[in-house]
Amino acid sequence: MNNTSVMGAAMLMYRRDLLLAVRHWGQVAQPLMFFAMVTTLFPLALGPDLTELRQIAGGILWVAALLASLLGLELLFRADHADGTLEQMLVSGQPLALLALAKGAAHWTVCGLPLVLVSPLVAAGLALPGSAICTLMLSLGLGTGILSALGAIGSALTLGLRRGSLLLSLLVLPLAMPALIFGARAIDMAVHGESARGPLLLLTAMLVLAVTLAPPAVAAALRISAE
Amino acid sequence: MQAFNFSRLSARDIHVWRGDRKVLGGVSVEAAAGDCVHVAGPNGSGKTTLLRVLAGFLPPEQGSVTWEGRPIGADRDAYCASCSYLAHSDGLKPELTARENLAFEVGLRRRLEAAEIEDALSRVGLSASRDQAAAVLSAGQRRRLAMARVMLAAAPLWILDEPFTNLDGTGVTLVTAIITGHLDRGGAAVMAAHQPPSIPNHSPRRVDLAS
Repeated sequence: MNNTSVMGAAMLMYRRDLLLAVRHWGQVAQPLMFFAMVTTLFPLALGPDLTELRQIAGGILWVAALLASLLGLELLFRADHADGTLEQMLVSGQPLALLALAKGAAHWTVCGLPLVLVSPLVAAGLALPGSAICTLMLSLGLGTGILSALGAIGSALTLGLRRGSLLLSLLVLPLAMPALIFGARAIDMAVHGESARGPLLLLTAMLVLAVTLAPPAVAAALRISAE
Repeated sequence: MQAFNFSRLSARDIHVWRGDRKVLGGVSVEAAAGDCVHVAGPNGSGKTTLLRVLAGFLPPEQGSVTWEGRPIGADRDAYCASCSYLAHSDGLKPELTARENLAFEVGLRRRLEAAEIEDALSRVGLSASRDQAAAVLSAGQRRRLAMARVMLAAAPLWILDEPFTNLDGTGVTLVTAIITGHLDRGGAAVMAAHQPPSIPNHSPRRVDLAS
């Protein structure tokens, strides 16, 4: 018999999750809407002082992206857990860590990437100079990747709980603090015309670490929650 | 389909506790090629728990489950690849159509031709609903679709948790025929059911669980 290769299974998982996201796009659009709303409300509430807005733009964008990502994490494993497809995934005979990685990648494509793509638009509302846009997108791109990876661990661990959202935030937020600090700092440095290379490299290192270590942790957590 | 190169599933003296309640106390199950094991017992007697232990979800507190003489935990992925599990929930994505559900779920295990999917759908009587989302199928149709998935996975060992739930008379006959075909090819099945399944030529061996 022709068994599916490991990569083939991971690709199939990725495609399935994208297709599911297309089928219920209303739910998927929620984090993006949240991100756009929060970042639009800040300039309205703070007043028209552009220099002041520019000073805090990096922080606002990052906090909004962090909270929007938390909102999207609910989608990652919960539906699969509820309809029993997660169990089928566990007994598919494919390495669970790789399937989890594929799911995480799909989640980032659906929840993280759109935030990165709309960030130049909302940055204009926060008076971010054009020269900082590139740094902004890089820092958010790396950052949402880190959040997807960390969030997947938290999401898998809280799967069995009926009201896991608060606990999920408590688990993920402390781990996300370094990314938040360096990510916002990168944007801040770019706004002031300095090179943001240092913090961006640190973010890249964190992303590599998170993407490498998260899949086995997620796989272990999923097995525990299936018991 | 070719006959299976089958060896033995053997669970000895399984003990499982849930908190301070003993769910399984020293249950043993043996299944070799062509064997059908019928796990019987009243509600709450631990039928599902036993099947979950056999499928490798739940490590027993005491006792061992072996496949080809090796503990199933030793090479979990290889064991999972040779066993197909039908759970209480059908394990279908409500947003995906019947065909897509089979293509994704079975596709994780093996390469699959479109014709095989059509074939399996007509076998369980779902040809007309192949492009309907699983969400709009009736409970019985979903059960049939889940059974089609088990069949397509082409694994030698089937672990079936109440395969006849929600099925009408024709559905029961269909599923019985599918299970019989599997046993005839040298497969094995362990199933929990309230009614003893009537399978010609393979009289099911009964494992009784007391409440």
